[in-house]
Amino acid sequence: MAQVVGPALGPSLTAPSSIGRVSWAWVGVVPFFVFAIMFLIVPTGFLAVGGFRDSQGHFTLRNLVDLFEPTILSSYLISVKISAASAIGGAVVGFALAYAAVAGGLPAWVRPTLMTFSGVASNFAGVPLAFAFLATLGRTGLVTALLSQIFGFDLYSTGFNLLSFAGLALTYMYFQIPLMVLIIAPAIDGLKREWREASANLGASAWQYWRYIALPVLWPPLLGATLLLFANAFGAVATAYALTGSSLNIVTLVLYAQIRGDVLHNQNLGYALALGMIFMTGMSNAVYIWLRGRSERWLR
Amino acid sequence: MKRNRLGPWLIMLAGALYFFVPLLGTFEFSLRYLRGVYSFEAYRIVLADPRFGATLTYSTVLAVATIIGGVVLVVPTAYWIQLRTPKLRPLVEFITLLPLVIPAIVLVFGYLRIYNSASVLPLTGSERTTDLLLMFSYMTLALPYMYRAVDTGLRAIDVRTLTEAAHSLGAGWPTILFRVILPNVRVAVLSGAFLTFAIVIGEFTMASLLDRPAFGPYLQLMGANRAYEPSALAVISFAITWACMGLLQVFAGRTPGQLPAAH
Repeated sequence: MAQVVGPALGPSLTAPSSIGRVSWAWVGVVPFFVFAIMFLIVPTGFLAVGGFRDSQGHFTLRNLVDLFEPTILSSYLISVKISAASAIGGAVVGFALAYAAVAGGLPAWVRPTLMTFSGVASNFAGVPLAFAFLATLGRTGLVTALLSQIFGFDLYSTGFNLLSFAGLALTYMYFQIPLMVLIIAPAIDGLKREWREASANLGASAWQYWRYIALPVLWPPLLGATLLLFANAFGAVATAYALTGSSLNIVTLVLYAQIRGDVLHNQNLGYALALGMIFMTGMSNAVYIWLRGRSERWLR
Repeated sequence: MKRNRLGPWLIMLAGALYFFVPLLGTFEFSLRYLRGVYSFEAYRIVLADPRFGATLTYSTVLAVATIIGGVVLVVPTAYWIQLRTPKLRPLVEFITLLPLVIPAIVLVFGYLRIYNSASVLPLTGSERTTDLLLMFSYMTLALPYMYRAVDTGLRAIDVRTLTEAAHSLGAGWPTILFRVILPNVRVAVLSGAFLTFAIVIGEFTMASLLDRPAFGPYLQLMGANRAYEPSALAVISFAITWACMGLLQVFAGRTPGQLPAAH
């Protein structure tokens, strides 16, 4: 700590005391930029550049083309499918919950309770979450056992498997739903009561209110939040690793194996794999930010 | 009117079921260690495992170091942006959001390549410097939350007047920052700190790839090798997360959801 940040930290505290020359004001933010360059810009840039190089260091597009090999492409596709499923599921359920709590006419304690719980649950991810779902929906889990004892219904005979696509998507929703609640609640607040009342006075049905008023106003934040959830699931490692080991071929687990032991037998292809992930999450976030700008017109 | 509230109640009930059943399932599973009776045997075994204490201590120390490092980095920066260089605000805010965009596994991949033992700055060369690198990694992960918390806190106080008052009383910059500004944003700093703690304590990816004996990799190892202990560990982890976020709510006052909304 003292080694790296220490020397750079000095100026921010002392230099400005040579009062007020505006030209020196930037010195105060130098430590932050040094940190950002060392731990965000350079490492990411290194991978981005490496993705465009061959093992001799020459420029090539070969690695990017190789991302479309069947094995790698399929890992991206599985990741996209799981992320999309958990994001859409999380968005629908999270929106329903947030709407019920904010505009559903429930007692006043419901909303803060839901918000507090969402704050906790959206941070309850990673390895322990995988354990929780194994204990609940695994082969000997509580729900699996109860279903078979009480209803004689064998969950696993339906083809359901927690260590599969559906299981992982269902598990991801445990942190996706609360995240959606936290993001979308302020947007729902922006729906003015008067709009609903005015539309009702003019004889609109609930369907017409949603179709012509609420959804046109809400779609940018809804879609934006869904994209944020998508990026959130796309980069997740720990839950999937603890749940499925390496049996599920999602892109984060491929990258994890690549970092551990160069399973692709090509370092630069590994960099391209990382670059592809940044592209996916970067695009989702960019569209999210754009949509958020749009939604602010109505929801202020 | 009553008819209309049935739907919202049903939705809340369904949500509550989805969220509480796995917790209940985990707890029930963790009590099954001895055949035929419920017992806390799994917890006893977990707590008696020396690796449990060692890894949890390691992660706790690292979390505290991350929080201190984060405060030292973020408070002066956010303060300076507010007071002197507001033009840089959009750039700095954009940078603080990057860790939410770039997946942690990609960041740590970059660190391993840039700071390996053959590089100019061989941080992964020894265990101590790898700990340092892991701390910086966690500072990066926590940056969006810490910055947003501190920035919100700073906007709520009159930074300029406080600074000028302290200055005219003869205070130097370290005094102004750490004895005037910091105490005034301590609530914001605390909420950033609890969030950081919750993120760091069970983090798996970075600790595992940097090969450090943290709590997250220990959890994963237990999950791969044991049956009932993982559930006990999950219950303990959830209690820790709950404690952190509960404390955060207490300190953050009446603005729940503010941080994630600012993603």
